Amino acid sequence: MSRSMTGARMVVEALRDQGVDTVFGYPGGAVLPIYDEIFQQNDIQHILVRHEQGAVHMAEGYARSTGKPGVVLVTSGPGATNAVTGLTDALLDSIPLVVLSGQVPTFMIGTDGFQEADTVGITRPCTKHNWLVKDTDSLAETLHRAFHVATSGRPGPVLVDIPKDVQFATGTYVGPKQVEPARYQPPRKGDVGAITRLAELIERAERPIFYTGGGVINSGPAASQLLTELVEATGFPVTSTLMGLGAYPGSGKNWLGMLGMHGLYEANMAMHGCDLMINLGARFDDRITGRVADFSPHSVKVHVDIDPSSINKVIRVDVPIVGDVGHVLEDLLKIWKSRGRKTNPAVKQWWAQIEQWRARKCLSYRNSDKLIKPQYAIERLEALTKGRDRYITTEVGQHQMWAAQYLHFEGPNRWMTSGGLGTMGYGLPASIGVQVAHPEALVINVAGDASWLMNMQEMGTAVQFRAPVKQFILNNERLGMVRQWQQLLHGERYSQSWSESLPDFVKLAEAFGCKGRQVSDPASLDDAIREMIDYDGPFILDVLVEKHENCFPMIPSGKPHNEMLLGDLEAAEDIGTAIQSDGAVLV
Amino acid sequence: MSALKLERGASSHSAYDLRDYHAAGEERHTLAVIVDNEAGALARVIGLFSGRGYNIDSLTVAEVDHTGHRSRITLVTRGTPAVIEQIKAQLGRIVPVHEVHDLTVEGPSVERELGLFKVMGGGEKRVEALRISDIFRAKVVDSTLESFVFEITGTPEKLDAFADLMRPLGLAEVARTGVAALSRGR
Repeated sequence: MSRSMTGARMVVEALRDQGVDTVFGYPGGAVLPIYDEIFQQNDIQHILVRHEQGAVHMAEGYARSTGKPGVVLVTSGPGATNAVTGLTDALLDSIPLVVLSGQVPTFMIGTDGFQEADTVGITRPCTKHNWLVKDTDSLAETLHRAFHVATSGRPGPVLVDIPKDVQFATGTYVGPKQVEPARYQPPRKGDVGAITRLAELIERAERPIFYTGGGVINSGPAASQLLTELVEATGFPVTSTLMGLGAYPGSGKNWLGMLGMHGLYEANMAMHGCDLMINLGARFDDRITGRVADFSPHSVKVHVDIDPSSINKVIRVDVPIVGDVGHVLEDLLKIWKSRGRKTNPAVKQWWAQIEQWRARKCLSYRNSDKLIKPQYAIERLEALTKGRDRYITTEVGQHQMWAAQYLHFEGPNRWMTSGGLGTMGYGLPASIGVQVAHPEALVINVAGDASWLMNMQEMGTAVQFRAPVKQFILNNERLGMVRQWQQLLHGERYSQSWSESLPDFVKLAEAFGCKGRQVSDPASLDDAIREMIDYDGPFILDVLVEKHENCFPMIPSGKPHNEMLLGDLEAAEDIGTAIQSDGAVLV
Repeated sequence: MSALKLERGASSHSAYDLRDYHAAGEERHTLAVIVDNEAGALARVIGLFSGRGYNIDSLTVAEVDHTGHRSRITLVTRGTPAVIEQIKAQLGRIVPVHEVHDLTVEGPSVERELGLFKVMGGGEKRVEALRISDIFRAKVVDSTLESFVFEITGTPEKLDAFADLMRPLGLAEVARTGVAALSRGR
């Protein structure tokens, strides 16, 4: 039914019709009419953030942990520009978001009015699509289209810019079902011929590997189940990108661990030596490939991706399959089973080879009984939270890689991290977004001291909305990953990579109205972690760790997968010569 | 490994994939992009090229379907085969883009460009300019005692050739529309 109402009411109405229960936002002049409507209803809860970047990361955490789009409401000008980092983050990690921004009234656009910014211009390259709505009659339709675009095909963030006069004016509201079907309908089913070819390759491969990515998570829980079924049925090894962790259970026997720059030795060596690489929803990111010219030189490569532009973008593949990973896996299983569920017996020798690489124990490190090693801290966190339905977010840096290496994820949507953009300051707000979506769950942000400070104002949000998020800060008083690169690349000249004048995190917690604890003795670490978990409210655990620990294994930039640096090489070889000048220009 | 060896192009129905994908040489391709004529559609296309470091040699755009509000963007770009493929895929995922046609590989096509050339001078050079314009079937669309403006339609190469000949004869100013292109037949 179409009804007449103001633009501001339409926004709330459309959100309700789209099944939105939570909006993350911050009010301001250009969105006051929408906030007035929010005030007069109870269906949609509004989480008041402390900075718009925090709102977008919260929405990302919400989206990543639920599979539903995250919704953000910000004002014009600075409200919108503060959202840009989060939009870019969501674009690179394919997270569905709908960001609504206020705009100066249409008759003032272009006059450099107060809090005016060219929001659609600024956000065009960092959204999947965006709209400026110039009349109230088209607002409802645009909002419904926005949800469709954000969640169809390869998901991503969209933005709808709504001038203030459009919010005040009255127009006709249409519901989602009254909107003409969108022309934008990316295909979901893969080509059956190509899928059959993949089934044939699976039957013949001697050294196969599944290389999975965030696309499996984005496809929905069914895709993860199908992946697990396929991996178990074929007996093939499986590795994953940072974004895909949890699609195949970390306790599964075929799990090789994460691959890539800080991936596991066995995973990278298997990628290098395989004869059949089955890429499911990953995009051959430069953190994964290392030197492209030497990337997995002897393999036939199959790439399943919903985005045709991902195919052959970085690595030329032999069998491209454009489609949704879940649909393709379903068809693949059907075809492969109907052909007799065959695999090559030689895969057994491949596993023997992989076991040799595994025996290298690439994640071993020298522990200490005096200092807390960051790896040890994460191992204890894993041990003490095992078996719980646990959600982990991270900031960006060494701690993020250690978390990816040492934590195990048993299912999808439990791991929220900034992969593509590498946004420091992501983890704290993301953890709040996750907690809002799952009020009873244990949500832990594994953080570094420097990253955490970037959006620490959001502790206020956590306290206000009683989101009992656990902030697990590995505090090395350094920008650890920057420091590591300066050691490897820049002659140990540690330019600006230490954290001077850090706050007292315990007092900071108290100042925000929650609880904090500092721990530096390995013997009291378990007790501190238990206190953090058991505390009924937000908690900051300041874990003072070894300051100069490096994150290994590492593929130095410009090197292929089979030239990894392992932790114990540190003592044996001058680490400063590990990266040559041609690799030094890479990030 | 050899057991899995695939023929080049075996996974595609397009003969285009039979060419050497890793060829280092750049190719010139003419693309026709059909978009919804909505605010920002052209900016999205151009932003894609600047943001990803692709080249634009020529670009024309106009609404070609007034009832359906569709515009046709004709783009001439340059790149290795891999880059050209990537450009087409990236164009294809812009939400208001309906179709992307690579006129260079989809069969024979015609390309035309319109140019206006102002030639200043007098005496023998002025006569020679008029004579050459006749050979090129250019039209004189403006004339003063010391200048002509010629209008000429043709391939970009023809316009280039005309400009080369006019330069020593007093070529003062050039305006070109960029290439418009359509596939032949069908």
